[in-house]
Amino acid sequence: MASKSRRRQPAISLFQWFTLLLIAAFVIVPFYTTALGGFKEIGELRVNPFGLPSSWDATRFNEILFGPTFFPRLGNSLLISISTVVLSILVASMTGFAFAHIRFFGSKFVMGYLMLGLLFPSATGILPLFIKMRDLGMLDSHWGIVIVQVAFSLSFSILLFYNFFKELPKELVDAARMDNCGYIRIYWYVTLPLCLPIIATVGVFNFVSSWNSFLLPLIVLNTDANYTWPLGIMQFQGQYGSDWPRILAYLTLSIIPAIIFFLAAQRYIVSGLTGGAVKG
Amino acid sequence: MSSLATGAGTAVLQNVRRKRYMDRKSLVPLLLFLPPALIMFTLFVVLPMVDATTFSFFQWTGYGPITNFVGLENYQDVLAHRNFGTAVRNSLLVVATSLLIQLPLAMWAALALSERKVSVAVFRTIFFLPFMLAEVAAGLIWKFVYDGNYGLLPIVGDALHTKMPFVLADKFWVIPAVMLVVTWKYFGFHMMIFIAGLQSIPSEVIEAARLDGVKKWQIVRHIKLPMIRSAIVISVFFAITGALQLFDIIIPLTNGGPSHSSHTIVTFLYQFGILRMKLGFGGAVSVILFVACVVVALVYRRVLFRVEQN
Repeated sequence: MASKSRRRQPAISLFQWFTLLLIAAFVIVPFYTTALGGFKEIGELRVNPFGLPSSWDATRFNEILFGPTFFPRLGNSLLISISTVVLSILVASMTGFAFAHIRFFGSKFVMGYLMLGLLFPSATGILPLFIKMRDLGMLDSHWGIVIVQVAFSLSFSILLFYNFFKELPKELVDAARMDNCGYIRIYWYVTLPLCLPIIATVGVFNFVSSWNSFLLPLIVLNTDANYTWPLGIMQFQGQYGSDWPRILAYLTLSIIPAIIFFLAAQRYIVSGLTGGAVKG
Repeated sequence: MSSLATGAGTAVLQNVRRKRYMDRKSLVPLLLFLPPALIMFTLFVVLPMVDATTFSFFQWTGYGPITNFVGLENYQDVLAHRNFGTAVRNSLLVVATSLLIQLPLAMWAALALSERKVSVAVFRTIFFLPFMLAEVAAGLIWKFVYDGNYGLLPIVGDALHTKMPFVLADKFWVIPAVMLVVTWKYFGFHMMIFIAGLQSIPSEVIEAARLDGVKKWQIVRHIKLPMIRSAIVISVFFAITGALQLFDIIIPLTNGGPSHSSHTIVTFLYQFGILRMKLGFGGAVSVILFVACVVVALVYRRVLFRVEQN
């Protein structure tokens, strides 16, 4: 904006750099103070929330790490998330394959039906869902959560798979059919190995939303031993009220796995946004 | 997203035009491939909405047969509930913030950061980080930031020589406080969508305009924004439906308080329908939210098509 049109304008002007840094600080400061807060005494937190702690005393972190609930809850969340991812990839890829490669009467209608899930958020149906799960005996079970999460992820996952399968060369499937290869074998041996990028994208998306999900486990789970980590952190906060150093330590430990995972999987998330959703 | 569904529909049509070789062989795979998705989707996504509609016409506590038909009484109760209006207003305020503050901010950041450079990638990662964070964790972190005794806000107040209010205990300040957290949490996500769109614009187009001496903001206004329209469309849709289902952040942050002033539609549903097991009442709230979402989606699609035709 500020620069005159020289041969090549700088990509980011000074003003933009300044504003970007400001926003970055706004984003980072809550993380930063949370991470340091676990090392500080409550009095120190009050007077010096931004500076480094006077001593790197890891007692609180150790107490949580070696406590009875921290790892079991992460384990529960991990189990639920991985099961959700595997099941949703399997089901959604089969369905996406059927829509993309098999011609059948009413396929447009069935696809439209499955896309209804894009119209409204899962929270809308949470109350009757609770009743349904109770009637089916799925309350307080991890499998109940997995199946419902898969059901709600289907619309988006099927769409991503469908868009991807559609782009695959038709000759591939046709050639396999000429060789008298059935659809099921085409799906398993030809298409699935080719769609690892989209599997990664769908997997990462569903993993993150399952790992972070709160409302569904909140309503479904009622035994302490089955709790996922978001429920655990709420319980911990309820227990320690405003003992912020302890809560901040718990928060820090809980979000570290997610941040590491994010940095590792960032590529797939971004390609999911570009490849699946923003196409057109 | 609804537009995507129709996009998929036309593609299916094109498939139909391909040479016919429908044969018996496709029956078995179809019977294997389709039912899992159809059964799960019907059972846990579609039927619950049908049930919610049923519940909403009855007085029912969740046990025994559903017999006590009350007509539209539940809907009247919901609409007359003194906190429902607040919840709707808050949800709409969050929608408005998302559209008027969050998306422009995201667009600004995307325009600054759409070049593929390492220095810029660091910003992108930082801005996107809150989106990956669990809503519950985000809510708790900000509860600390806002804490009137030990948080960051009183420190900022000290530095400015003013006394900061206890924002989460203040009926007025609690809503802007929530909005700030929502913006913090989600603007990076929208920025990523915009960046994805901007990077798909062929660089020759921009280069040509630049050589012709077109000003930077004119390039943005007349080339970049129109060319990433589909990204904007999706972003707006995510922003609206996301704001309408806001729940996870509110519970740790304010739990709907002080005195029920920061409820959203979903926390209202949770507080007054689910926790109290008032299924008729909760069903009515569900149906209202569902209708709102579907209307948004359909109206949005109409508007979209009109834009597309022009």
